[in-house]
Amino acid sequence: MKGGRAGGGSSAVQPGTMKILRRLLQYQRPYWYLVFSSLALIFVVSGLGLVTPWILKWVVDEGLSRGNYRLLLPAALVIFLVAVVRGALTFAQRYTIQYTSNRIIYDLRNLLYNHLQQLSFGFYDQAQTGQLMSRLTADVETLNQFLGMGLVQLTSNIFTFLGVLTVLFGLDWRLTLVSMATMPFLFYAVYQMARKVRPMFYQVQQQMAVLTATLQENVTGMRVVKAFAREDHEVGKFQKDSREYMRRNVTAARLQAFYVPFMNFLTAASTALIIWYGGLEVTRGRLSLGTLIAFNTYLTQLVMPVRMLGLFVNLAERAMASSQRIFELLDTRAEVQDSPTARPLPRLGGHVRFDHASFSYDGKVPVLDDINLEVQPGQTIAILGATGSGKSSLINLIPRFYDVTGGRVLIDGQDVRDVTLESLRRQIGVVTQETFLFSATLRENIAYGKPEATMEEIIRAAKAAHIHDFIMTLPRRYDTIIGERGVGLSGGQKQRVAIARALLMDARILLLDESTSSVDAETEYRIQKAFAELLQRRTSFIIAQRLSTVRNADRIIVLERGRIVEEGTHEELLGSGGIYSRIYHLQLLGQKEAAPGERSSAPDPVEEGSGYHPGAGIRPGGAAEGRPGPGMSFGLGQPGKGPHRGGSISQAGVGGRKPGAGVSSSHFDPLK
Amino acid sequence: MWAGGGGFGGGPGHGFDRADGAGLSRINRKVLLRLWEHIWPFRFYFLLGVILMFIVSLSGLAGPYLLKVAIDQYITRGDLAGVTRIALIYLGLFLLNWLATYSQTYIISWTGQSVIFSIRMGLFQHLQRLGFTFYDRLEAGRIMSRVTNDVDALNQLVSSGLVSLVNDFLTIFGIIIIMIKMDYHLALVSFTTIPLIIALVAFFQIRMTRAFHRVRRRIADVNATLQESISGMKTIQAFSREEVNLQRFDSTNQENLQANLQVATLTSVFFPMVELIGAIGTSLVVWYGGWQIAGHQVSLGTLVAFLGYVTRFFMPIRDLSQVYNLFLSATVSTERIFEFLDEEPDVKESPGAEELLPLSREIRFEEVTFGYDPSLPVLKGVNLQARAGETVALVGPTGAGKTSIINLLGRFYDPQDGRITVDGTDIRAVTLLSLRRQMGVVLQDTFIFSGTIKENIRYGRLEATDEEVVAAAQAVGAHDFILRFPEGYDTEVNERGSKLSVGQRQLLAFARALIANPRILILDEATSSVDAYTELLIQQALERLLAGRTAFVIAHRLSTIRNAARIYVIEDGRVVESGRHDELLARDGRYAELYQKQFAGAVATH
Repeated sequence: MKGGRAGGGSSAVQPGTMKILRRLLQYQRPYWYLVFSSLALIFVVSGLGLVTPWILKWVVDEGLSRGNYRLLLPAALVIFLVAVVRGALTFAQRYTIQYTSNRIIYDLRNLLYNHLQQLSFGFYDQAQTGQLMSRLTADVETLNQFLGMGLVQLTSNIFTFLGVLTVLFGLDWRLTLVSMATMPFLFYAVYQMARKVRPMFYQVQQQMAVLTATLQENVTGMRVVKAFAREDHEVGKFQKDSREYMRRNVTAARLQAFYVPFMNFLTAASTALIIWYGGLEVTRGRLSLGTLIAFNTYLTQLVMPVRMLGLFVNLAERAMASSQRIFELLDTRAEVQDSPTARPLPRLGGHVRFDHASFSYDGKVPVLDDINLEVQPGQTIAILGATGSGKSSLINLIPRFYDVTGGRVLIDGQDVRDVTLESLRRQIGVVTQETFLFSATLRENIAYGKPEATMEEIIRAAKAAHIHDFIMTLPRRYDTIIGERGVGLSGGQKQRVAIARALLMDARILLLDESTSSVDAETEYRIQKAFAELLQRRTSFIIAQRLSTVRNADRIIVLERGRIVEEGTHEELLGSGGIYSRIYHLQLLGQKEAAPGERSSAPDPVEEGSGYHPGAGIRPGGAAEGRPGPGMSFGLGQPGKGPHRGGSISQAGVGGRKPGAGVSSSHFDPLK
Repeated sequence: MWAGGGGFGGGPGHGFDRADGAGLSRINRKVLLRLWEHIWPFRFYFLLGVILMFIVSLSGLAGPYLLKVAIDQYITRGDLAGVTRIALIYLGLFLLNWLATYSQTYIISWTGQSVIFSIRMGLFQHLQRLGFTFYDRLEAGRIMSRVTNDVDALNQLVSSGLVSLVNDFLTIFGIIIIMIKMDYHLALVSFTTIPLIIALVAFFQIRMTRAFHRVRRRIADVNATLQESISGMKTIQAFSREEVNLQRFDSTNQENLQANLQVATLTSVFFPMVELIGAIGTSLVVWYGGWQIAGHQVSLGTLVAFLGYVTRFFMPIRDLSQVYNLFLSATVSTERIFEFLDEEPDVKESPGAEELLPLSREIRFEEVTFGYDPSLPVLKGVNLQARAGETVALVGPTGAGKTSIINLLGRFYDPQDGRITVDGTDIRAVTLLSLRRQMGVVLQDTFIFSGTIKENIRYGRLEATDEEVVAAAQAVGAHDFILRFPEGYDTEVNERGSKLSVGQRQLLAFARALIANPRILILDEATSSVDAYTELLIQQALERLLAGRTAFVIAHRLSTIRNAARIYVIEDGRVVESGRHDELLARDGRYAELYQKQFAGAVATH
């Protein structure tokens, strides 16, 4: 690749170019014999290209000038045969190199994809989908062009250039020097073009990105645009970007329009020189007419390589930049990976312990600070806290989505870092805050964590997540394709599919992060009912804002700035009068605020009817007999008059519950 | 030639849209005619461009002819001055070629870009006019793809395709004419290769187009798989699906490889074949032309010129097949663009629409029937009434038609039957602008524009001063958290609003609505729960927002419902109950039932 250096040497060859190139060639290594044969073929093909003009010279000088017309047929045949051989070889050469480059690209794509799958959550917190996409598509494609066409063209051009030059000097060195007079200008033009046009195209692309962003925002935010009648404002924004895009395009085209024909002109200038000087030489008898004609033909062959050099420099620079981006991605180390000595985790019991666990995303701002928590198999832990208090981070440590920065997390007594990721995660069911479903059928989506699940299992999970009935209303039922290219689901429906997906894993540990936040209260309540039995046999961690979800847990922990500040059962925490009881009352307040007849702010929880008296909730073991306690008719402020519909609101489940008991059952079973 | 690069691999830019290449439609004359309408205003520039193209092509073709003249008339006769003269003419001609090419490219690209600009703007403007029905039907990605990818495909055609198309044609015909003029017989002999090349192009054209399309579809598959994997990576890892996914990706990737190899095979055969046919032409000219020289029917110069023209003849033919591809994809794109432009906005201003006067008395729904699909009515004879300054709460199960009611009020859709009046005036009789300017709409999922927090609030009223923005933020209780950002109101937020919590985004939306100071407020309360403090903030903000305004609220909060002057219980597209909270509870009907289910479940707890 000496030539690559010579060609790229013109403008922006960064110090790392050789390193990148060497690494790039590594990917060619498995196909070295193909690359080698292709190079050999190029050599032969370029050499054969030199034959035709030589034959023309021979025909003119030996045949036509001397009246030796019998030479014509062999000459024509040789031209034809050379072309046949050359065509066959060109085919072989083109195919070989394209096969190789496509193979390399294929390997590279798989490599990248596999690597992406290894990278940890921390990486995806920062990476932009579009950015990653463009590395695997645009950058890889650029490399394909470079490896497939660029390199071949470069080598073939170098061979041709050197070959033509040798032949020309052999024919007539003076004429060669004269006709070469324009070459420095040509090189200069190529160099200038590579230097100026490329940044211009880059700017065009940049502006296209801006334009696309504006457009995307407009389209996705169309409801707001229309709601505020801001269409004109939006048109103005888009017009500004669009006009700039046009301007840059024109500028780029103009630059190009200057250089490309300029090169044509230089070529023509060379021809003019040949006609002039060569013509004079022929008339003086110092040059044969055939040589002059051959010269002219060779010259066209010579000019192409130089002009292609401009293209190549451009392509090479883009390819280098693309490789750099690709390698950068490949070199990103996964923060969370299997340790060399990792063992598979045996079937879980479900015991989870946080042992002085600390965590920070950036190593500076602590997110979790010295968390100590022990959870027995089958327990339900609710986690409460304000936005940013570390709730999600806490549960993300269990399946090792992130690694602790201090302390450890133990499952069944084993540090999660000592077991294989796969065996760990397979036994943990997760419903994350943002529900992601794939463009596939509902069946495939629900069975995502367990592709081999039977239809019965899928339906059971769907029923438990209260999505089965909805699915049955769809024309294609479980075979309905959802996601971007299919039926759109509402936020609540998506969450329920995600819940079904997690349930189907039949995991010993369940992590539910705001899993019902987009579901309306009624459905949430129904899901919880279904959960009740499912949660019994599992260790589960629930993050929720609605206290109705939280209050039935075996244990509630309240996080504040990464620390556990309160811990206990609902009753215990209410009794302690700490943060939990404050939050509790705040939420009650929200619901009862401004009771009938009192349409003002400044809600005062205490002076309402007994229904939502904060004290009511603390009443220990309230309503143990299962009859709706007064507290449950909350909010009406009109005890006795409210719609006590028996079970439907008496669900509070406090009945029969032993505060502080290790394993609770049927939290959500209203009727008992 | 630079802009058009790419070629292999189908160009990544097209990848994301899958619906494209399915049917390879023919070049549609009607579509081209409509395209012409956009070109028409620039016809003089185009004409100028075409004239320049003639100069470019002709001056480019003069080369071999001048060589012939030089050989036959000067070199072989020893005319030194003539040789010099012809060399100078040659030089001058190509100087002209350079200048003409430069101005031609500049003019054409300026004109082409202007046309593209006009199409793009037309499309965008039209999109602003299209109603919600349109946006319900199509995903953002698809809409975008038309404004970017499709317009760009057209751009490629206009900026490089058309020029090379015209140039190629001029070159081919120019060469044919010159050859015939120079020597009729030799020309005919050279032309015997033309059927060969036509057969070759015809044979490969179909196969290559098909293969290119296959590559495009395959790369689109790869991209789609990738995109989904990347955005769902956390889920993939949470469910340990890495291996299954790698296998699937590998098979998609493999198919892409196969498609590309097919293209590689075809191009590897096609291009050498073109060169081979060129060589046949050359050998024919050498052999036959040589014999003609022997018979003194042809001069040596003519032979040399012929050899030059024969080589030049095959380049544009090779290019033409590429331009043809460009042309095809541009036609498909143009069709897709016009499809959008033909989309009629379903909510249109009536011709004599008047300004709506500020609401002073009441808003009424009179027997309103509406369905997104007219055969499936969502609202069936709805009657509602809101007096100026009152808050009306809409409650009912999901899918009952609450959202449709507020959508109709904003005239985002029109009812099929019945009418909606503001102070007795049908909202279809007034201008959309005057109607929507009176309204503030806060939707469930808050949309945050990328820009600063200040700009986002100001979106409600573009001319609001900084003080007003701050005042609005203070009023809804957003001021404190905004100031907690290091850059305060100038904090950059993005579309996903990732710096902001759900509650904070909602407060911003409230501030945005407040600054617009609408007479009529339409609000869809979010169901997403937020932490208790934020919840309290939101409730207080809501109260500020609702005070003194006429409001329609899809209510999920008990406090909002209780404060409403009237509650409408919507079920299955009908109003089943209405009245104040306590009245309805006392009635012990649907509302009472709903009330228990919804709110008892949520907080009912001691």
